[in-house]
Amino acid sequence: MSNNVAIKVENLSKAYQLGQIGTGTISRDLERWYARMRGKEDPFLQIGESNNQHTKSESDVVWSLKDINFEIEQGDAVGIIGRNGAGKSTLLKILSKVTAPTTGRISGKGRIASLLEVGTGFHPELSGRENIFLNGAILGMRKREIQRKLDEIVDFAGIERYLDTPVKRYSSGMYVRLAFAVAAHLESEILIVDEVLAVGDAEFQKKCLGKMGEVSKGEGRTVLFVSHNMKSIVGFCNNCMLLNNGKIEMINKTESVLRKYEETNFKINHYQEWHSNSGPGDHIVKLLSIKAIDENKNKNREFDVTDKIGIEIQYEVLESNHILWHGLNFYDEFENNLFDSHNVNSKWYNEIHPIGTFTTTAWIPGNFLNEGKIIIGVAIFNHKRHEIHLHTKNIIAINIIDKLRTDIISARGLTTGKFAGLLRPLLNWTYEK
Amino acid sequence: MEHKEEYSWTIEAKASLFDLKFSEIWAYRDLLWLLVRRDFVSFYKQTILGPLWFFIQPLFTTIIFTFIFGNLAGISTDGLPKPLFYMAGITAWNYFADCLTKTSTVFKDNAGIFGKVYFPRLIMPLSIVVSNLVRFGVQMLLFILMMVYYYFTGAPFHITWAISLFPVIVILMALLGLGAGMIISAMTTKYRDLAFLVTFGVQLLMYATTVIYPLSEALKKYPAYAWIIQYNPMTPIIETFRYGFLGEGTFSWGSLSYAIAITTTLLFFGMIIFNKVERNFVDTV
Repeated sequence: MSNNVAIKVENLSKAYQLGQIGTGTISRDLERWYARMRGKEDPFLQIGESNNQHTKSESDVVWSLKDINFEIEQGDAVGIIGRNGAGKSTLLKILSKVTAPTTGRISGKGRIASLLEVGTGFHPELSGRENIFLNGAILGMRKREIQRKLDEIVDFAGIERYLDTPVKRYSSGMYVRLAFAVAAHLESEILIVDEVLAVGDAEFQKKCLGKMGEVSKGEGRTVLFVSHNMKSIVGFCNNCMLLNNGKIEMINKTESVLRKYEETNFKINHYQEWHSNSGPGDHIVKLLSIKAIDENKNKNREFDVTDKIGIEIQYEVLESNHILWHGLNFYDEFENNLFDSHNVNSKWYNEIHPIGTFTTTAWIPGNFLNEGKIIIGVAIFNHKRHEIHLHTKNIIAINIIDKLRTDIISARGLTTGKFAGLLRPLLNWTYEK
Repeated sequence: MEHKEEYSWTIEAKASLFDLKFSEIWAYRDLLWLLVRRDFVSFYKQTILGPLWFFIQPLFTTIIFTFIFGNLAGISTDGLPKPLFYMAGITAWNYFADCLTKTSTVFKDNAGIFGKVYFPRLIMPLSIVVSNLVRFGVQMLLFILMMVYYYFTGAPFHITWAISLFPVIVILMALLGLGAGMIISAMTTKYRDLAFLVTFGVQLLMYATTVIYPLSEALKKYPAYAWIIQYNPMTPIIETFRYGFLGEGTFSWGSLSYAIAITTTLLFFGMIIFNKVERNFVDTV
């Protein structure tokens, strides 16, 4: 075994309890406690074996991380990527000791500093100087250590003139710069960073990246870095870890992991069909198919911005007497949730479904979506009873393109080039002259 | 496993109940002082009267108590000047009550920080107890000023030897508030019900403590129910406080030992429960 291992993670798992905590939870807590008293396994942790968040399982427990094993060498800069909900944040939280794992262990060498957020504990009434000390101490620095680095921190943040002004009078840019400056001057062998670079102006972001690169390459520090900003990962992480549904899909050189991530993330079809019973769902309802269709009800992958788009869902009800709501989630390729839609104005919204097969289509008007990839998720649920029969993200995807049609009015009008915005609706402009 | 000694730290799913991490708390002592400073400074920033506000609350409460309980209801004060009697009770009681109520919401109040960065969680309740101590110190000053005033007017009170127990009393009040507060804070991370109870529970508890009446009076008027007041660990603390500073009050080593025993027990269980809950509370709060 190599002696250079800085962090070693063994069989790490983390379970979360879903749903509301209320009067019902206390009986369950007592049940768990009774089971533990008799030396038995926790009855509620046994069931939810699958860590797939998209389908409903029998229990309320979901495994955010399941049996993770890896080692990180000293001086390595490792990026952690994965979709929303893949377990990235959970992993960082456990590594930062903010929350404890459900099973497994982590061992490591050297002082560990984690930045899940910059400016934690900043008090608006206190001056910049006072906040540097407070924030530094929260991050684990001793007072004299901060004293020694004070000039460097102030210089890095560029706030000399405002050092004795309460931070509530700072501009948001100054605030972030100061917060990051404190964090960047932490002396630790291991640094854990989450998304913090998504803030500040472009120039400062570059400066931060430079500072962090210095940290990992120059001083032999180990860095774990989570970000959606792929460019920054390529910039200074030599290795990368891809998480998917709480498991490690791949650990390798950054380039090959990024390639794999893009493949899995973007190879989503515009329709999916299942034989009865093999689709997502539970014993009450199963999904049979979901398709993107055009006005003539033909399956289609590519739509013009002016086209009407139908999302057709076919599902089979296996048990009667249930109110089943359906919903669709629409995301762009950067995982921005564009909008959600529920079947509120349909006949079956608040009606009990009999056993049988149903087909429903949600129509998105033309001149509403903007160009790009739209990734769609589907759910069948009962919000009132907190039941989710199925919820599958990234189930189908479509492409919206602008054919620059002239025969039909488009929201672009006569402008050219990229049309900004997540959506591109054609609005009704009224005038009073 | 065979290379275990190579690593300087481990994070495990299960931790010992009694691993209270005192060395870690010591390592973060600077944070404790900075948090106390923050509480103190942010309290009077942008106010005109500044730290004088620490005086105003006990002063007005004393005036109101003197009018209502002393004059209107005519409750005996063991022959002591009424304002002095109430001020003694209020100063001591406030310290305990502030420690208890602030500690009992420590997880909820600091969920933002606790969810983002790790430091020994016990630092937070400790900082509450210490910053309230600063406040208590300022209020003691007011109490002593009042004593000096009454001394020159020749009011019938005298300091007794029990004043030397003052440090013990302060520590007892701090630890009692801390212990009970930690138990409540740990229990409210999942079930918020207790939090509602604390706010008015503390108010009610004041009436079951000898803040506005002397213990001797309660024993005389309600001999059948006075045990409730006697078993309240805050009663011997406040009685000793009054006996030490003003020379009136029911002091006994037995009841003080009882208060010490209760405090130690609550503190011990408080630390253990707090320590257990802090590991996972972020998931439920």
